[in-house]
Amino acid sequence: MATLSSNLLFIAFILYLVATLFYGGSIKTKNEQNGTNRWGKIAVFLTIVGFVSQLGYFITRWIAAGHAPVSNMFEFTTFFGMALVGAFIVIYFIYRTTLLGLFTMPVAILVIAYASMFPKEITPLIPALQSYWLHIHVTTAAMGEAILAISFAAGLIYLVKAIDQTKSTKQTFWLEMVMFSLVTVLGFVVVSSVFSGMGYHEKFNWIDKHDATAVMEYTMPAITGPNEGELLTKGGYSPLVEMPAFINAKKLNTVIWSLMGGLVLYGLIRTILRKRIAAALKPLVKNIKLDFVDEISYRSVLIGFPVFTLGALIFAMIWAQMAWSRFWGWDPKEVWALITWLFYAAFLHLRLSKGWHGEKSAWLAVIGFVIIMFNLVAVNLVIAGLHSYAG
Amino acid sequence: MNDVKCECGHVNPHGTVLCEACGKVLDEQEKNKKELLDMRYEGSARRSQTYNKTIIDKIWNFFSSVKVGVWIIIVILVASTLGTILPQEMYINLPADVYYEQEYGWFGKLYYQLGLHDLYGSWWYLLLIAMLGTSLVICSLDRVVPLYKALKAQRVTRHEGFLKRQRVFGINDNVDESDLNAIKKHLKERRYHVREENGDLLAEKGRFSRWGPYVNHIGLIIFLFGGMLRFIPGFYVNENLWVKEGETAVVPETSEQFYLQNNQFILQHYDKDKDKTFEKAIEEAGEVVKNYQSNVVLYKRVSDNLPGEKPKLEKVKEYKVRVNHPLTFEGYSVFQSSYRSELKAMTFFLTNKTTNQSFGELKIDLEDPQAKYDLGNGYSVEILNYFPDFEFNKDGEPTTKSRVPNNPAFVFKMVTPDIPKGETSFVAIKQTIEPFGDNQFKMAFKGIDTKNVSGFTVRKDSSLWAIILGGIIFMIGVIQGAYWNHRRIWVQNKNGQVWIAAHTNKNWYGIKKEIETILTDTKLDIPDDQLQLENSDKGGV
Ligand code: HEM
Repeated sequence: MATLSSNLLFIAFILYLVATLFYGGSIKTKNEQNGTNRWGKIAVFLTIVGFVSQLGYFITRWIAAGHAPVSNMFEFTTFFGMALVGAFIVIYFIYRTTLLGLFTMPVAILVIAYASMFPKEITPLIPALQSYWLHIHVTTAAMGEAILAISFAAGLIYLVKAIDQTKSTKQTFWLEMVMFSLVTVLGFVVVSSVFSGMGYHEKFNWIDKHDATAVMEYTMPAITGPNEGELLTKGGYSPLVEMPAFINAKKLNTVIWSLMGGLVLYGLIRTILRKRIAAALKPLVKNIKLDFVDEISYRSVLIGFPVFTLGALIFAMIWAQMAWSRFWGWDPKEVWALITWLFYAAFLHLRLSKGWHGEKSAWLAVIGFVIIMFNLVAVNLVIAGLHSYAG
Repeated sequence: MNDVKCECGHVNPHGTVLCEACGKVLDEQEKNKKELLDMRYEGSARRSQTYNKTIIDKIWNFFSSVKVGVWIIIVILVASTLGTILPQEMYINLPADVYYEQEYGWFGKLYYQLGLHDLYGSWWYLLLIAMLGTSLVICSLDRVVPLYKALKAQRVTRHEGFLKRQRVFGINDNVDESDLNAIKKHLKERRYHVREENGDLLAEKGRFSRWGPYVNHIGLIIFLFGGMLRFIPGFYVNENLWVKEGETAVVPETSEQFYLQNNQFILQHYDKDKDKTFEKAIEEAGEVVKNYQSNVVLYKRVSDNLPGEKPKLEKVKEYKVRVNHPLTFEGYSVFQSSYRSELKAMTFFLTNKTTNQSFGELKIDLEDPQAKYDLGNGYSVEILNYFPDFEFNKDGEPTTKSRVPNNPAFVFKMVTPDIPKGETSFVAIKQTIEPFGDNQFKMAFKGIDTKNVSGFTVRKDSSLWAIILGGIIFMIGVIQGAYWNHRRIWVQNKNGQVWIAAHTNKNWYGIKKEIETILTDTKLDIPDDQLQLENSDKGGV
């Protein structure tokens, strides 16, 4: 069952990749006017088949594990990727634009690729996590975030189209930063895959902040080494700099490698394109109307906000009440869900009452997505909350 | 401060911008401008836009402004992030003044000194939340009544200026009866509520969605009110309760009405041989806990609460308290929150130090030690003194910190046929002192028995109903406002022409598409989007 499950995920991944190419084709070929063209139809079809396949992954893994597979980084992030594709399919059938697919699918692909860099074993659930409410909470929250992420994709289209690329401005800089960040995720995936393909390993003895000796295992050559680290692996790479004990040298090392990977990839892309990525994407968006993507972006927030509130706050509170006897505990994960929620509330007010449409609204959609990603990545990996029961 | 009478005859309250009934622009200066109408709140008279004299007006205006509201939200947002940089006070297990500096150096010290270690309980954070609440109340009051009146009073026939200055607007010269009938039919098919007056049409749908924001704000206000209730004594109980296996304890804050007996504490780990699916993950993680459970019996006192008298108890129910499965009764919930094991008994051999020969074994119940243990054949051990939680006090004398046997120590007198007057020995964990010189016998440590103590959290939260109610109302309101929108289409005869205008509170693309379907098979032209003509799609080249 577990093997079948991972095969289905792989198939879904490939289908998403191929679908993206077809979305590209559907933009290049003319006659968008009379609904979706042949390329676009194939692209949507592939997306749906991929989605069903991923749903198959989800169900079979659920059966194998005996609990909904949303309990570790790999499972949760994969689910988020699936929700993103699902949200796109829904929005597609409201607005029928394949251009949205061209921008959403790569994000979903990146998310799933990122997910598969984490340990993929099926993990047992500690007691606090053995709750239906937890699973309902996590899945609903991910769906809400996915719908909100569609507004990011639409916002991105808006910005690519609206921002004048002939001169460099604050706008072109920040839009390019967004592109660069996406490339960096790819950098992380490439670097991690290369080293894990090589089977790279090295171990250190080090002194943690309570002056205790511990062992740390690296899967990438150490650039930043742990506090008073002593390399145990023969032929291992000795670190360039040593970090103080309160910094997690291993995670920092991964970040540095990913950034380097991202820079190299970005450099390559720029040399090939000979212009900014956003500028290169501009011809793709020339047939779409600005107020149309603006509305897709806003509509996604409108649809996603209630789902997010329900999943990330209300169901979360119900679960917290059951597991920890208090519905709110100011744990970093909770606080960041609240921050995300406040942000989108501000977004809605600015838009409805202050008339922030168009470009401003698109930037807000981008910032919102950054906050969601921060919650998903940084808060999980860096600020690690107590979302694990003492034990 | 007089009411304003519009030429259509409707009397509008002072401050009204657009006549509630016919939509005519009432403010003369406004009229000269060619701009589109600002349709927010239907141009109705809002207190905040009308009065600005007294201090109360000023406060009212401050809190009813959306700009201020958004600022409050943003400030709370930014403040909240600060609290996630380092763990908050409730998640650390050392005194805060020690912890932050020790763990995070100067930065930790600063964090602590700025009070960020207890950010969410700080007075200024609570003040911000209070401001948010105030703003919610005032801004909703400021708008809801005027909006209600304006939507209720609106007439079908609208003033020319009103129609002309709608965002979606178009004029048609030759239209006949069949076109109008087709439009009416299409409107009804699309679930519009159509009203007709002298051949003029007003089609409207989703008006109830306009109340969405107000409903959700009310939900939020109730939620915040629920949060405030906690500060009332007795509304919120949050106590820890430790019960040893086999013992019964009073449930705190129940006025000694309820007793909890802990029969057994169970700790289970995943077994990698049995749970094959998890084999790899368990190997990586070491031990993974599967279950924390206390098998308990809940009792209710049936006798009066007389001091010194043993209460009469009646069994209420048996329950297995597990994480995620609290025991609940009469508004209280008992949660499994932690456990520890405690020493229960210690076993010693009475041993000859030189020959290592043993003369019998004694097991000391640490909660109820006997004064003397007779080992037969003239061997016996007396306990001269017992310190369950031993330490040396300031004067260097042995004392006990508590009655809990955390660190038991004994003064033994060992009586043997060899030394009938007995030898004295002080025995604590990992140390033995022989105060009167070298002894011939010793108490050799054999082992310990432990017993588990379950840690429970006892909660009662009488504000929960408000939290739940607030949450439900919020969700209803937010869905109401987000999944529906308020659309209006006017089709009216003006100067022998047919004018068509439309307004929606959001999703203009949607209403324009809808108008296209409504106007199919008629001679009417699709009306223009005047806003888009104005700043015609600049990037669309
Ligand atoms: C965390 C707090 C808040 C949340 C979650 C919230 C939520 C919402 C939502 C979801 C809407 C509907 C938006 C839309 O449909 O696009 C809305 C509308 C609105 N909110 Fe809030 N709100 C909050 C605080 C405030 C505050 C403090 C004010 C006061 C200034 C305010 C004033 C308004 C106004 C004036 C509207 C528009 C009503 C209308 O046009 O009929 N909100 N709010």
